[in-house]
Amino acid sequence: MEVLNITQTVDARGLSCPMPIVRTAQAAKVLAPGALIEVLATDPGSTKDLSAWCRSTGNELVEATSDGAVYRFVIRRK
Amino acid sequence: MDEPLNLVLFSGTDDRLQAAAVLTAGAAALGKPVNVFLQYWALDAFRADRIDADHGLAPEAGTEGRRAVDALAKAGQAPWAETLRQAKELGSVDIQACSLSMDLLGIEQADLDPLVDGVEGVTAFYLNAGEGQVVFI
Repeated sequence: MEVLNITQTVDARGLSCPMPIVRTAQAAKVLAPGALIEVLATDPGSTKDLSAWCRSTGNELVEATSDGAVYRFVIRRK
Repeated sequence: MDEPLNLVLFSGTDDRLQAAAVLTAGAAALGKPVNVFLQYWALDAFRADRIDADHGLAPEAGTEGRRAVDALAKAGQAPWAETLRQAKELGSVDIQACSLSMDLLGIEQADLDPLVDGVEGVTAFYLNAGEGQVVFI
């Protein structure tokens, strides 16, 4: 299994919509192409929102997992 | 995604302004330009000395709604003005005051919070709106 070297973690736990996306977009804005962004969120809308944001902005959703309480995403910056 | 989202804000209650701020921030995160046009009571809520005040809720909120909104705020939801500030940092968000509403309220741009970029008439608003959707809140 490929080991992912996370460049930056966006801790959006406890934040309501649309802050997980806003924080992710803020992080993506300053990171270099290829950077891996880990996003942690508790907002139940974040699964659909993150994948829609990735599709629309051309960033790659590498991983999307959940332990039931926290959603975790890994995004590769375009 | 190049056509802007155009939000006309009329209502000045905190719940409607919060909903508008969420729509604005979401669009900004997608790289979509947003034009916000402030009319009547929404413009009144953007006065520099009142922007952080309690602007009440829409009538349909009732006491249950008041409780729910307060709980969300207590859980850490950013106030609508803060959400708009972040949206402006993130993307292309232009907030303009309606000049007619400025006359109505008897105020000048110096009376408004720095979130407001300028004052324009409805013609300029439509011109900037281009082919993008116009949403009235």
